[in-house]
Amino acid sequence: MRLIASAGWMLALSLPGALAQAQAAPSAAELAALRAEIAALRESYETRLQALDARLRAAEAAAGVRAPASSAQAAAMPSPAGGAPTGTAPAATPAPAVPAPATPTTVAAGQANTFNPAISLILSGTAAHTSQDPATYQITGFALPPDAEAGPGARSFSLGESELRLSANVDPWWRGEASIALEADNSVSIEEAFVQTTALGNGFTAKAGRYLLGVGYLNSQHAHTWDFGDAPLAYQAMLGGQLNDDGVQLVWVAPTELFVELGAEVGRGQNFPGSDSSRNGAGRASLALHVGGDVGASHSWRAGISYLHAKASDQALTQLDTDDNTIDSVFSGRTDLTVLDAVWKWAPDGNATRTNFKLQGEWMRSSRRGTLAYDTAGVNLFGDYSQASSGWYLQAIYQFVPRWRVGARSERLDPGAVTYVGPTLLDADGYHPRKNTLMVDFSASEFSRLRLQYARDQARQGFTDNQWQLQYQMSLGAHGAHGF
Amino acid sequence: MKTHKFFAACVTMSFVVLATPAHAALRVLACEPEWGALAQELAGPLVDVSVATTALQDPHQIQARPSLIARARNADLLVCTGAELEVGWLPVLLQQSGIAKIQAGQPAHFAAADFVHKLEVPTQVDRSLGDVHAAGNPHIQTDPRNIALVAHALTARLQQIDGANAAAYAQRATDFQQRWQQALTRWHAKAAPLRGTAVASQHKAFSYLYDWLGVKEVAVLEPKPGVEPSVSHLQQVLASLKVQPARMVLYAAYQDGRPSEWLQKNAGVPAVKLPFTVGGDDASKDLFALFDDTVDRMLAAMGSVK
Repeated sequence: MRLIASAGWMLALSLPGALAQAQAAPSAAELAALRAEIAALRESYETRLQALDARLRAAEAAAGVRAPASSAQAAAMPSPAGGAPTGTAPAATPAPAVPAPATPTTVAAGQANTFNPAISLILSGTAAHTSQDPATYQITGFALPPDAEAGPGARSFSLGESELRLSANVDPWWRGEASIALEADNSVSIEEAFVQTTALGNGFTAKAGRYLLGVGYLNSQHAHTWDFGDAPLAYQAMLGGQLNDDGVQLVWVAPTELFVELGAEVGRGQNFPGSDSSRNGAGRASLALHVGGDVGASHSWRAGISYLHAKASDQALTQLDTDDNTIDSVFSGRTDLTVLDAVWKWAPDGNATRTNFKLQGEWMRSSRRGTLAYDTAGVNLFGDYSQASSGWYLQAIYQFVPRWRVGARSERLDPGAVTYVGPTLLDADGYHPRKNTLMVDFSASEFSRLRLQYARDQARQGFTDNQWQLQYQMSLGAHGAHGF
Repeated sequence: MKTHKFFAACVTMSFVVLATPAHAALRVLACEPEWGALAQELAGPLVDVSVATTALQDPHQIQARPSLIARARNADLLVCTGAELEVGWLPVLLQQSGIAKIQAGQPAHFAAADFVHKLEVPTQVDRSLGDVHAAGNPHIQTDPRNIALVAHALTARLQQIDGANAAAYAQRATDFQQRWQQALTRWHAKAAPLRGTAVASQHKAFSYLYDWLGVKEVAVLEPKPGVEPSVSHLQQVLASLKVQPARMVLYAAYQDGRPSEWLQKNAGVPAVKLPFTVGGDDASKDLFALFDDTVDRMLAAMGSVK
């Protein structure tokens, strides 16, 4: 390399020099012209040297050897590997060598941690003020498992979920990812832990393990990426907050201009609306179809329909009566859930950095059929039971200046009519739980967010809960890439 | 007005794409407009080029939109910058596309930054330093010499993936490199007055351009990469410019020009909007026009043109 470089410099310097000597008294204009010529030659040689250097590196990569940097011959020789018929290139131009697949040039070789997975940690915390005691939170007309994530959470200061996330490629065919939730009460839960194919091809991706189900819009997103601090009422009442499960998933993206994605999942069905049992087969199955695209440079959208079927046996459910006494029930049967979701995003010229707008909504219908043992510690009724409930939310988020966003969410549930042997608290008597939420958030960078949220929550008949939440959500470590 | 024009162009483009009959052309998805333009130069009718972002979008901050997943799904070759520029969105496209051949490390995943010498490679990375890239400054396309290097590597990659047309790619590469060398000589002569000029930048987006032109960066408006300049920080920059004056302040087409305009108003330093990539302004229709226009705009700010 150095050989070529010095030859190039000599040529570059001697040529104009010879020209200069040939003239007796160069004028100022001629001198300027010569200087320009030297500069142009220097430029040209620099570029060609860089090009040769790139070819050398490409050739080395293809040959799998690291030749000494001064080896000019290696640069001039086309790579023997690669297979492309570079020999057919016209002789006038250097036939570009075929490089091996791109390899990152900045890997620190030989270190024990070179292959460590990407690690990120989400830190969050809340200061909350609610006008009703969170312990008496209730969504009228819905019975939920004792561990369901419903309500505004604890009052006062509390640590949110700290989420540890690790991900890496396993080998050329698989990647793995785990999200471990470290709860404020010092317990640990596995939110996600799955392996996923990277090389099935033809638009197919398969996943196995525990993962957030791909139904609806919000469910598959990690809670820290949500625009509000809590899940919509419909998610709380019909999916127990956010639904994850152990199972397998197959997703196929169609080879079309329009984004068309079909997903099918089967799994254990251990979480509400399903429940764990000792059966061999799958307790839960779901299908999802999503389509999406752009309208011009400024608008993009996605819409979908999902269906979930889950089995429950001896599923423990609780409710509160008007005197805040716990009513325990046990449900066995099937749940069929349909979700319609849509999101539309706008950013001027597609540049969301300054201002952007997002409108999203989901509608859910849950049909439960089976047997119910109602108020097992009290009236203890038993009989066939069916209930079809529905609910929706609609929310809008507007970033009006860089880093600042405001948002509003409105939602409503219809517990629906109940068919049962006797009167129960599941029958809401026409009451529609509802909630309206406002928020403003500030993100100093894409890694930190401070949010103030106010909700007027009328989920429980006869009670209005004014909920204030001040939250922080920050992520440190690897740069996560978020979905649409 | 400009938005409408752009909108109309996009609609027209999508009709053109829809109307194009299916043929065996290599489908190239370029992450940024400069690589789309380069693929077009090097492969012409042999490829169908689709560009994931426009010159008016911040390439750091792109959403993994459904339309992009669909385009990644249909791509035969991905041409991106690399060097972590697309770290916030490309991994989602790769994961969700379900296409093995465009995954990182495969021949159909071309990262341009692998083939150039990168500037500003940090010795220390920490998020308190702002939006730093461990692999170095990723805005390599602002130096036309880098374009020549990437063109060599991309031609080789096209030949590897589409061996049947290897000779045609070689021929087109020869033609392009010849025209590019001529253009380099022309730009070099034309930009001679810029050599040694002191400038300020809004974002550290032009380090390669300065390296090429021999321009000296004496101030950056962003306190840290990717952090919006506050008024108090701009005051500090203003004070530093009194000691070490700059001839102009440069910002990219996708950026909010207000900090630069503030400086123009308060320090009398002309604010220059550079196209940054192909399509950044009306003149920058291709790679040649991009550098013609970039040099013209800087010279105009120097007051040495017309």
